[in-house]
Amino acid sequence: MSRRSKEVSWKAFLREESLPHQWCAGCGYGVILKSMLYAFEKSGLAPKDVVVVTGIGCWGKADDYLYTNTVHVTHGRALPIATGIKVANPSLKVLALMGDGDSATIGGNHLIHSSRRNIDVTAIIANNLNYGMTGGQYSCTTPLDSRTSTSWYGDPEPALDICRLTETAGASFVARTTVYHVGTIERYILMALSHEGFSLVEVISPCPTYFGRYNKMPKAPIMLNWLKDKAISIERAKNLSEEELSGAIVTGVFADKKGHSFLSRYNEIQARAKKDLEGE
Amino acid sequence: MTGKIGFILGNEAIVEGALVSGATFFAGYPITPSSEIAERASRRLPQVGGYYLQMEDEIASIAAIIGASIGGAKAFTATSGPGFSLMQENIGLAVMAEVPCVIINVQRSGPSTGLATKPAQADIMQARWGRHGDHSIIAISPSTVQECFDLIIFAFNVAETYRCPVLFMADATVGHLREGCVLRSKDEVEIINRKRPPEGLDEYYPYKADEDLVPPMATLGGHYLARFHSSSHNEKGLPTSSPEEAKDLIKRLYDKIEKNKDKIVKYKTFDVDGSDYLLIAFGGAVRAARQAALDAKKRGLKVGVLQLQTVWPFPAEYVCELAKDKKGVVVPEMNMGQIIGEVRKAVPDAIPVVGANRYDGEPLAPYEIMKALDEVLSL
Repeated sequence: MSRRSKEVSWKAFLREESLPHQWCAGCGYGVILKSMLYAFEKSGLAPKDVVVVTGIGCWGKADDYLYTNTVHVTHGRALPIATGIKVANPSLKVLALMGDGDSATIGGNHLIHSSRRNIDVTAIIANNLNYGMTGGQYSCTTPLDSRTSTSWYGDPEPALDICRLTETAGASFVARTTVYHVGTIERYILMALSHEGFSLVEVISPCPTYFGRYNKMPKAPIMLNWLKDKAISIERAKNLSEEELSGAIVTGVFADKKGHSFLSRYNEIQARAKKDLEGE
Repeated sequence: MTGKIGFILGNEAIVEGALVSGATFFAGYPITPSSEIAERASRRLPQVGGYYLQMEDEIASIAAIIGASIGGAKAFTATSGPGFSLMQENIGLAVMAEVPCVIINVQRSGPSTGLATKPAQADIMQARWGRHGDHSIIAISPSTVQECFDLIIFAFNVAETYRCPVLFMADATVGHLREGCVLRSKDEVEIINRKRPPEGLDEYYPYKADEDLVPPMATLGGHYLARFHSSSHNEKGLPTSSPEEAKDLIKRLYDKIEKNKDKIVKYKTFDVDGSDYLLIAFGGAVRAARQAALDAKKRGLKVGVLQLQTVWPFPAEYVCELAKDKKGVVVPEMNMGQIIGEVRKAVPDAIPVVGANRYDGEPLAPYEIMKALDEVLSL
């Protein structure tokens, strides 16, 4: 792919000395990482303006490969830490990189409340539908009945829809795509980066090593085709019944609302408090 | 506010002291008996351009103050027993990633939800050992409203100096006490800010420590890219599984506190010179201990009091030095006997050490300490 040269190239954000990366063959995370770097390049941001907070999991390794400010933290807590960073230093572009475990399972409460708070942070959720780093156990986004290393006879729990949840909770930018639809990853991340308020991009990613292998898709091309077949655009989904959408991956932009972000609201609070102090 | 005298709650004095320290960020989740800290912080911080965030739980609260500190703010949170338990994992993160912050625990009776409105000092060993893994920790405990104000400033100063979390172990007797308090201004107190890396370095190593074992902390968005890491990491802030690097890091994190004990340990003594007996107490129990010492004086006994304002790191050498020529030691605590173990480890075996303990949610009374002193006298 030829790219127009920008002031700051995508390579400026990449810690090349840490390559090759540790993700498995066929994993989609390298694709998401590069798409994010392209989005950084197009955004006009410089590495020193960017803070990437990562939690624990395969996608939580992403900070190893980044030449930005990085903060690697405990499992599930990337969002409240990103919240503190952004509030303390609003001039920074703060991202939280989380997997399905980090963001929605152990960290689910923070995901709901970061959405509701509409905090000015960008969440990039790489969803590989299982816990890859610990050997392929089911997470809250594993499809119902799937086989994993802890659901050998089928996952008894239905999957959580991260985008529907966060949209309902108040996130003002929410989008989902898959690693198969590679061009949209960069586009959605770029939209999220320029958004004021809480922005979230979920990317469904192939994990042929665990989720795929346990569910008769042991190779990346099979998983990519599966993602392609399962994906239905949000526009098309609107005309389909719940039954027809069963098991589908609905892709597209779920929410893109302008409105009050946490920081803009808090600026008003500070103005009122200062007035109150002067009146004392 | 210069030199103004307030008749305020211990919890309120904590907030005023934090503001004088330059704190601009509080995140918390309301819990009795610490809620007045959140309430006052929510009013005062936006007045001075700061931020109050009410988070979804205590896990998020400690996470947010760690983030805010990384972002460049002086940040604090306040909680009590159940919330303190929830915060432990991320206090460990602040230890490992070397993030200065102050965590206030206004202790109440436990375990679990316990006696929500009643005081205790039963989290003091949790303060030392609540996280997994080897590390040292700093814990400071106030016994008066004035100390709530003065020692919270000290807590921020040591947090900034050593790039670490500092636990401020108040209790409900002090937090909910209303007393006169001199609200000193910024110019009247020493304020320490974290060390920053010098400009013009060829390369900044986020975890390369100076001689004092503390690495300078880069400002985000400034000259250098900063890296913070919760896993075992090298000087560059990159993860490592090298046994040498892992050992060096754990040792440095421990030593930067233990080897600077003389600067971190703060205590007060009352009538210890020439005394025959010694009471060793911290926090709210100091009040009863000092009254007990005065009562004992009326009985013709020479009793001194050692107040541990810094409880962790425990000043074992000093305790030994002070206690070695005494006939006996009493350790009053509002728990079943926690710090008494440290005292026993520190003093020579021949000296009797007896506890005065209360763990029913009521504050310790001087007569109970006197009873323990009588026990020492009878030995």
